[in-house]
Amino acid sequence: MSAMSAGPGLPVRNARAFALKDVPRMNLAAFRDWLLTSCADGGRIAAWFVPQGKAGGEMFAALAMDEEALIEVAAAPAVDAFDAITPECPQAQAFEREIWEQRGLEPRGHPWRKPLRFPPSVPGRQAPEVGRGEFYRVEGEEVHEVAVGPIHAGVIEPGHFRFQCHGEEVLHLEISLGYQHRGAERALNVLPAGSARWMAIAETLAGDTSVGHATAACQVLEALAGREAPARAMAIRGIALELERLANHVGDLGALAGDVGYLPTASFCGRLRGDVLNLSAEICGSRFGRALVRPGGTAFDLDEKLCAALLARLGPIERDLAGAVAMLWSSPSVMARFEGAGELSRETCERLGLVGPVARACGVRRDVRHDFPSGIFRFGHIPISTWESGDVFARAYVRALEIERSFAFVRKQLEALPDGRARRVLPPLAAGMGAVSLVEGWRGEICHVGFTGETGELLAYKVVDPSFHNWFGLATALRGQAISDFPLCNKSFNLSYCGHDL
Amino acid sequence: MIHTCWERWRQGHRTISYPEGPMPELPARFRGRPVIERGDPDEAGGPGPEVCPTGAIEIGRDACAIDLGRCLFCGACETTKGPWRIRFTNDPRLAGRRRGDLRAEPGLEARLAEELDARWKRLFGRSLKLRQVSAGGCNACEADANVLTTIGWDLGRFGIQFVASPRHADGLFITGPVTENMRLALRKAWEAVPAPKIVIASGACAISGGPYAGHPETHDGCGRFVPVDLYLPGCPPHPLTVLDGLLRLLGRLEGRDPNPG
Repeated sequence: MSAMSAGPGLPVRNARAFALKDVPRMNLAAFRDWLLTSCADGGRIAAWFVPQGKAGGEMFAALAMDEEALIEVAAAPAVDAFDAITPECPQAQAFEREIWEQRGLEPRGHPWRKPLRFPPSVPGRQAPEVGRGEFYRVEGEEVHEVAVGPIHAGVIEPGHFRFQCHGEEVLHLEISLGYQHRGAERALNVLPAGSARWMAIAETLAGDTSVGHATAACQVLEALAGREAPARAMAIRGIALELERLANHVGDLGALAGDVGYLPTASFCGRLRGDVLNLSAEICGSRFGRALVRPGGTAFDLDEKLCAALLARLGPIERDLAGAVAMLWSSPSVMARFEGAGELSRETCERLGLVGPVARACGVRRDVRHDFPSGIFRFGHIPISTWESGDVFARAYVRALEIERSFAFVRKQLEALPDGRARRVLPPLAAGMGAVSLVEGWRGEICHVGFTGETGELLAYKVVDPSFHNWFGLATALRGQAISDFPLCNKSFNLSYCGHDL
Repeated sequence: MIHTCWERWRQGHRTISYPEGPMPELPARFRGRPVIERGDPDEAGGPGPEVCPTGAIEIGRDACAIDLGRCLFCGACETTKGPWRIRFTNDPRLAGRRRGDLRAEPGLEARLAEELDARWKRLFGRSLKLRQVSAGGCNACEADANVLTTIGWDLGRFGIQFVASPRHADGLFITGPVTENMRLALRKAWEAVPAPKIVIASGACAISGGPYAGHPETHDGCGRFVPVDLYLPGCPPHPLTVLDGLLRLLGRLEGRDPNPG
């Protein structure tokens, strides 16, 4: 780890508590300067928000400096209007829109200040109807517009897409979400922290990422309580997290094959994804890892017999998967569709602050498990998987590489599970503390932030799903593409609607 | 091409034989239909019904019940102490035709979903096309509905299929608590399905709002907006729960209903 940052923010560690009184309170100009300078120097906005309720007088930001393995936090007054940084720092676009939509602060000069989620009731403001409003339009005799959704053709979540097209070519895609807005983040702010209901909501923030979000949430509570989960629980969480990644990556490779009409891999992966989900069910009874990760550890332990049974089942899945995936790369009809589709440059990726396999497919070395390891990832390392080309192929290939490495990791953990208990009682949360918790979910960086008040009650809670960063990346990747490639490009991102809409 | 054929031969035929064959074995820790047994009325000190995330349990000295339409099957209530013991079996058959049937009580026999009446069965019994609508679903119910279309389950062999357009559909398969922001879209989809049509509510959210019940952003499930013909409890329902419910609804399990363990 490098020396303490020379920057003006407070350096903090992933999933470690800090005193709220130590967070530097900056004036708006200094705060803005801190954000802009840090982001120009390779920093990334992991969270930027105005808390709900009593802490709402200030805005907080957490910056992730990937290369320095450093997180910095700072605060500034939550004034009625502030100068938007989006024109100079596009990765801020969704954060500034969210602050405006949730708290009514005006980001002056924001080029794209549109609703993110259309919450049905905003105090003191007439809520706009979901999906209504001004969409970006390209004018011209031969330009046409294609509107899709909220309900899409497949068995997937809802969202609205507007394409501006010239013939087949997409000039611009605008994505308007909010249909899945359930008040999830609001509920995490008002329910008793760590209660059964609170955990049920944390696990369904994005239901295909239950382990990722539940781990991020429990890390926040454990940091605020000052007691880490036992080593054995960390390992079980790590196994479950990588199984979640495996299931989803396998499913994505199958779906990508299906989208280019290559049915063998689509069929094999469809089944193999289920085989991986069934491993999660062996651990905790739920194919989606529900009810496993709990404050203080895990609700289920693994005995030797179960570890051996899981190990025995990994082999055949891995072998069948290797066969199914190798067929993709050796099929010219698949490669012709994957290569060059939905290209994103590394520069665009960095400017938009994209995360996860999408970023790594642009050659960006960015992975919470490596940069900000918490839990078991401090002891069991997973190499970062990258590819340079930024296209559908790269996003598929990075997933394939990650699959191999997740298998190896799960195997290693199952072979040598740390001794001890899987869960400890969590003491009450300490007063006046804050914690930033980052977890590399299968879609990328999950960020949860929690603050406690004077009596140790949860004062504020913030959730940033990786899809919050990446939806704009999909819109950008579509520029200049054929509209018929949209399903393929979309699947190569496979973003969460409910994780975005919260 | 040779490689493709080789791999196909090597991976072999993988569709489950159920319902002709036995029901696939479920993990030991899988939580299906709960049973409630007598405990120790004088036992104290353990956690009570507050362990339930959705308030699905009522525990009294003389009675105990679980609303399966609200249950997330998290198993937390297995730790409660006192007059009643709750234990989750691994029986995945949970589907019901009426909201009131989604109930577990001591000694109460499960009321599994009955088949459609003769006229409806004639229409849908051998071909049922469903339009799935996610109205605030977290993508778990959606994913485990989708999995039925993979080769492992091959839903198509029963004539059941998820279709793209509501106009091609015989009914809706709804997930999610119905967000305010999806209310209109759900209504439009429902109206676009030609009558007669059926509605399937899949998962605790679609049945009761699940963990989002009572939120001003949601509507506690789809029952307020559309008449529901089949409820599939779970969070999310296991694919076997979904398949079992669909086959029961269509009367496709006649004579081959395996005895519950």
